[in-house]
This record gives sequence, structure tokens and C-alpha cells, in this order.
Amino acid sequence: MNTNDALYTYCVRLADTAVILSQRFCEWCGHGPILEEDIAMSNMGLDLIGQARGFYAYAAALENKGRSEDDIAFHRNEREFTNRCMVEQPNYDFAYTMVRSFLHGAAAYLQYRELTKSGDETVSGLAAKSLKEMTYHVRHSSEWLIRLGDGTDESKVRVQNAVDDLWQFTDELFEMDEVDQMLIRNGIACDLTQLRQEWDQMVDEVFSKAGITKPAPGGFQSKGGMKGMHSEHLGHLLSEMQFLQRAYPDAKW
Amino acid sequence: MNQQIIQEDDIRREEEFNARIAAGKTIEPKDWMPERYRRQLLRMMSQHAHSEVVGMLPEGNWLTRAPSLMRKAVLLAKIQDEAGHGLYIYSGAETLGTDRSEMIDQLLSGKAKYSSIFNYPTLNWADMGAIGWLVDGAAIVNQTVLAKCSYGPYARAMVRICKEENFHNKQGYQIMAVLMRGTKAQQEMAQDAMNRWWWPSLMMFGPPDKDSPNSGDLMRWKVKLQSNDDLRQRFIDRTVPQAEAIGLRIPDDKLKWNPQTRHYEFGEINWEEFNNVIRGNGPCNKLRLKQRRDAHAEGNWVREAAAAYAAKHARA
Repeated sequence: MNTNDALYTYCVRLADTAVILSQRFCEWCGHGPILEEDIAMSNMGLDLIGQARGFYAYAAALENKGRSEDDIAFHRNEREFTNRCMVEQPNYDFAYTMVRSFLHGAAAYLQYRELTKSGDETVSGLAAKSLKEMTYHVRHSSEWLIRLGDGTDESKVRVQNAVDDLWQFTDELFEMDEVDQMLIRNGIACDLTQLRQEWDQMVDEVFSKAGITKPAPGGFQSKGGMKGMHSEHLGHLLSEMQFLQRAYPDAKW
Repeated sequence: MNQQIIQEDDIRREEEFNARIAAGKTIEPKDWMPERYRRQLLRMMSQHAHSEVVGMLPEGNWLTRAPSLMRKAVLLAKIQDEAGHGLYIYSGAETLGTDRSEMIDQLLSGKAKYSSIFNYPTLNWADMGAIGWLVDGAAIVNQTVLAKCSYGPYARAMVRICKEENFHNKQGYQIMAVLMRGTKAQQEMAQDAMNRWWWPSLMMFGPPDKDSPNSGDLMRWKVKLQSNDDLRQRFIDRTVPQAEAIGLRIPDDKLKWNPQTRHYEFGEINWEEFNNVIRGNGPCNKLRLKQRRDAHAEGNWVREAAAAYAAKHARA
């Protein structure tokens, strides 16, 4: 593996995470609890598609085999997808959606903030754009966590359940491997382990305002999304997302 | 005696109102208006807002299956625009004295109507093209005229909305053009969508003038500025050459250009189908209402939580 290969993999991982979460936001479109939230979730979905396109396009350029962003997004199977498992978890309800958005969003916010200092100009440029977007995604989801945690008895139970169920995907948000290590050495990527403490502070602050109890350490933690190890949900999401490209492989859209 | 004064006062105010409209001025929310005018505007605007919101559903049906990231982004942006239009028109309608929540209750109870076009299913990807090109194209023809209507908030909303609708129209046509340049399967997809959406799009302009109730008042009040048949003709005249340019066949054997009138002649619209769909007997009437009701019911606890939180912190 050379730096170019590592950077390709790194960009595809970021893009995969963005596109899968975007797909989950798309599922809400037309079904939101109020019209304003429908618009907000579409907005976040759009931001994430934009992020995915930027990183896929850069990956395709690095690979230099004539593949497009769509070839990468629509022509890989679930074991080849490298997104964080958090983002493929189903919407279930608005509380799950907001908790997922917050837990992932806070980590993505910190990662993009560090990547704005990347020695790779394309990565730092894409990170700067993504950072602005993740800043308000985190603001939006954290406000909802507080509102739901401090709302009614029902909303409090729902938001706590979502936190309890999604907590098993939090360690993975900071998982790294030899790809990260190589790019850290080359000044392109950032060390996620160093962001964990700050993420914990962000989470603690919001949970405290919301009256949400942070799950005790020691429970099961999922691993390996970046290596293609996923939950059962991803295959279904991809079979829907990739349907037309797979059914008509010779077509241009 | 008092009764007589009130009546005379109303007559005078209605004369002033009519004079204002005749002079081409707009009516604003705080201006006096006849009750029938207010009710009519409220009915039109709330139906329009409901149509934007229900209209998100048939396109949302293909959002998660959009065939490329670019198409997904464009479609999502377009549907988001529609949600925005809904919000904008609901706000405009609220200036007439009815809350959004009350209008939504009327939609969910089945009392209020929305555009019947959304009671047809989206069955292949080309339907996204047909909706943007034909349905939004028909909406533009209607709304460009509404942008000159006498009620200020509605007219101004239409100016802004038409700008976005033009983008929707173009992206729809572009989807169709790309499909028609594509594989045989894609061309068949496009023609299939054309066949299913053409006639319902023509019905969007409403019943023929001879059967259109209360057009008289609406025309005089400049709520309606052109007749259903005139607008329908304008839509056909501008759309047929666009179809021909990309090789799509219009599913109407009687369609032909009349060089004398400089308009297309076209076949008989199936008004029985139109009336059936309006009465609730279309392919997706039940589904669309169920989708809206489910979203509303499932969102209930979220709205309650937000209200409870707001109330707690307003007191604090």
C-alpha cells in the first residue's frame, strides 16, 4: 500500500459514511413530524450527498482507472462498503434519527476540523466545506436531544432508548487502522484517538442538559465497518440505493 | 335601522374593493374584503399548500432509488423546494385568519382537497422526469398567471415559487432527454411515463370552461385571470414541440397542429376519470392520505415534546 492507495481508501470511507447517512435522511422526506423538520432533514441529506460526491470524485481521480463517483457508490457490495456502522442503523423514529445524527455528527465535526489542517489540499478543502455543514448538523441534533430529553415522559423514554441502542456504535467512530496510520505519518489524516476526549465532553454536555444517562462502559461495541463488517441493515439499504444502476448496467442517467 | 347602516356600509366597502381590483391594485391582509373573497382565497391557497406537501410523496418514492448521486441531489433539492413552497403558502394563507394546524386537520380529515395529479403512482424512474416536465410545467402555466392575482401575499409567493418551478421543469425535461438518448429500455421507460402522465397533466387545469363553476366571480375579482381551457391550450402548445424534440410520442391520436388557429387540436379528455379521482376514487387517493396521516400521527409525540419543552422554558 502506498500513500495514494491509502488516501483512496480514506476518501472512500468518508464518502461511504456520508452517502449512507444521506440515504437514511432521504427516507424521511415527506414523512417528517413537522414540515420544518422535513426541510431540515432534506437539507442535511443534501449536505451529505455533497460531501460524498466530493470525496468519491477525489478517490476516483486518485485511483485513475476511469471510474466515476457513481461507479464507486453504486457498484460495490455490502462487504466492500466501508462506512461507520452507526450511520446505516435504521431511522426507527425521530429520536433515533436525531441521536444518530448527533453521535456521528459530533465525531465527524471534530474529524473535519482536524482535516482542515491536512497537508493534502483537496482533503483540507473538502473538510472546510464539510466542517461548516457538520457544525449546524450538530447544533440541530443537539437542540433536539435537549428538547426531547426535557420534553414529555414519552420523548424522554424514546431519546434514552435511542442512546442506549446506538451506544454500541460509538467506539467505532474512532476506530483506525494502517490506512490512518500511514496518512497520519504523511500529515494528511488526523489521529482520531486524540479526539475522543473532546467528543466525550460534547456528549456529556448535551446529555446533561437533556437529562440523558450515558450508558456505562463495558457493553458490546461494534467494530470493523471500515473493513466491510456491517450490521444486517446495510445490505437492504444498498439493494434499494443501487437498484437502477445494477438493473441497467449499460445505461447512463 | 342599525342593520340598514351596516348593509349600506358593506355595499360601499365592496364598491371600494371592486374599484381597487379594477385599478390593478393588490388586496393586502389588513384590507377589508368580502367574506366570499376571503373564503375563496383561503380555499385556493390551502389546497395549493396541501398539493405541495402531498406532492412530495410520489417523488419521494424514487428518492432512495435515484440512479446517480447527482440525480439524487437534484431530486432531494426539488422535493425540499416543494416542502418550502408548502410552508410559504401556508403562511400566506394564515394571513386570511386560519392556522396552519387547522388547515392540516382539514387535509387529514379528507375535507380539504389537493391536486388530483398526486393520486397517480410513480412506477419507474422516468416518472421523475414526467412529473418535473409535465406536472411542474402545467403548474408553471397556472402559477405564472396567479402571480398577477389580486391577493398580494399569494401573488408574491407565486413570483418566488415560479422561479423554483422553472428549475424543476428543466430538470424533469433533462431526465427525459437523457433517457431518450439512452438504451432501448430507457426509451421505453420514458414513453411509458409519458403515456401515463400526459392526460392527468391536462386535467390539472380543471374542468372545461362550460362546466367550471364560479368562474364569473373569480375572474371579476382577479383571483382567476384566464380560463381553464385557455391555460390548458397554452400548456399543450408549448409542450408538444418539446416532446417532439426528444422523440417522445404524445399519446393522443387526434393531436394535430392547426395552422389557421396556430394551436394544437387535441382529443377528448376523460372527464369521468377526472371526476372519479377528485371524488376520492383514484389509484392513490387512499395511499396518499394514509401516508400523510401516518406521518402526522407518528410525529405527534415529537410536536408534543417540543411544545412541552417550549412551555417549560417560557416560564423559566
